[in-house]
Amino acid sequence: MISEIIRIENFSYQYAHTDKPALVDINLSIKKGEYLAIIGPCGAGKTSLALSLNGIVPHMTVGEMRGKVFVDGIDTTQSEVSDLAHIVGMVFDNPEYQLSQSTVLSEMAIGLENIGVPRDEMLKRIAESLEIVGLSGLEERSPLALSGGQQQRLAIAAALSMYPKVLVLDEPTSNLDPMGKEEVFAVAARLNREKQMTVVIVEHEVEVIADYADRVIVLDQGQIVNSGNVNEIFSDVDSLARVGIRPPQVTAVTAGLEKKGFNFQSLPVTLDEAEATFSEWLKQDKVSA
Amino acid sequence: MSNIIECINLSHVYPTGFSAIKGINLKVKSGEIVAILGQNGSGKTTLVKHFNGLLKPTGGTVSINGLDTAKQTVFNLSSHAGYVFQNPNHQLFATSVLAELEFGPKNQGLANDEIAARVKETADFFQLHSIINEHPLRLSFPLRKIVAMASIYAMRPSIFILDEPTTGQDHGGAEKVRKFLRKLQDDEKTVILVTHDMPLVAEIADRVIAMWSSEIISTANPREFFYDLTTMKKTKLQQPQVTALSHRLQNKVLTDGITLTVPETINALEKVLT
Repeated sequence: MISEIIRIENFSYQYAHTDKPALVDINLSIKKGEYLAIIGPCGAGKTSLALSLNGIVPHMTVGEMRGKVFVDGIDTTQSEVSDLAHIVGMVFDNPEYQLSQSTVLSEMAIGLENIGVPRDEMLKRIAESLEIVGLSGLEERSPLALSGGQQQRLAIAAALSMYPKVLVLDEPTSNLDPMGKEEVFAVAARLNREKQMTVVIVEHEVEVIADYADRVIVLDQGQIVNSGNVNEIFSDVDSLARVGIRPPQVTAVTAGLEKKGFNFQSLPVTLDEAEATFSEWLKQDKVSA
Repeated sequence: MSNIIECINLSHVYPTGFSAIKGINLKVKSGEIVAILGQNGSGKTTLVKHFNGLLKPTGGTVSINGLDTAKQTVFNLSSHAGYVFQNPNHQLFATSVLAELEFGPKNQGLANDEIAARVKETADFFQLHSIINEHPLRLSFPLRKIVAMASIYAMRPSIFILDEPTTGQDHGGAEKVRKFLRKLQDDEKTVILVTHDMPLVAEIADRVIAMWSSEIISTANPREFFYDLTTMKKTKLQQPQVTALSHRLQNKVLTDGITLTVPETINALEKVLT
């Protein structure tokens, strides 16, 4: 299929010296331009799956792999991590682990220098990428003097300057304040919408996933146990509870009212949907309790 | 009621010249749960590190249980105020969970049977028996945080300072943290909660202190605080989603003010719809 960017076939992975596999028989197809969220309890295999998309698993880990992972048609086992970095940009949970240089400009330049991008092209890509994440003008700042949200946007810009086709974010906001979180999600959403960038995000905060993602996969004990759009996944509160995930707060409220005997056509999963649901509800006087 | 923590005109200037907190006046009553909120870099961690003497004031005073922290060692203060770090790796060092739990009570000079009782009670509460002989560094990050919390609890200080206890926890881990906080509340412990987890604050805090640019700019109960969109915008904080919903529905569907939690919101909507 031409619109497919990532294809995972019967993929299992077990780290050395562990007694059970981290990932079990994963089959997944991700379309170009899709915004996919991976959710699941701690230890479900979310990070391992994210790391398999740019080849860190299995190239830089010790363990046993079965099955295939194709990124943009390339079998990840047949390619180097450094080559896959052109296709998949990776952003981790703690931006400080990823930032090493004394200025924003040199932080941006280092990856491009490593792959031999000529100076003029380099400056163009840096300017473009900083513009996209809203950090233009901060080129001479120390990355450590940036706020958490800015640091994480810098990590995204550094990934973007490689012109990847897929951006993978592994709990990118877990150390950020609410506004920093919002900045990072907004940038990822804008890249997805305006540049048709494929976004794969591992995230615990279901409220923001419901706002942005096209599709959600639920991992539990290394397996994909559910997959669907945000409404399908988050309105199925009982299935979520079985794997220890809570629904968005507004969904929990509506589900709670349903248990008390009220009827809803569908459960809202975002704040806007919930506002509409309850405004309508009262107007139509659909009270059945 | 007595003030268990009292800061008078507290300021701290780091050796680099950076003024991380200034002009802090704060009184915390015994048994209060106080949430300290603000952006990264607003001074929250610097402030709370004064409560167990990890930092000493460069201006003003801090007293804990009536003791001037400038005249106390961190060791003395540790029996009054226990600090659970955001990163458990900064705190855990023993070779087993058991040794980690025993360390504090041993240092407090408790008798062996008292130490054993504390360890057992703590391991019961946090459900640590199955991993009691594990090396803490072999545990997952979220579980390591729970162990760090437990090791402070084993010392039974009167003040608990918790720095981002729910960060990195999944739903199950966050529920454990909530259960712990409710226990501390029942035991009438004083809790200082530094967090970006707004639903947690809305559920459990008695009072919110909002910091911005090294200063306290607002102190209010959660219901007042989460209604004050101006301060929230300035401090770049957000309402919990149910609070935002109840705010949007005010004077349309709901009339009794904002709600803070899921159960409260269910009840408020049920009331107007039946």
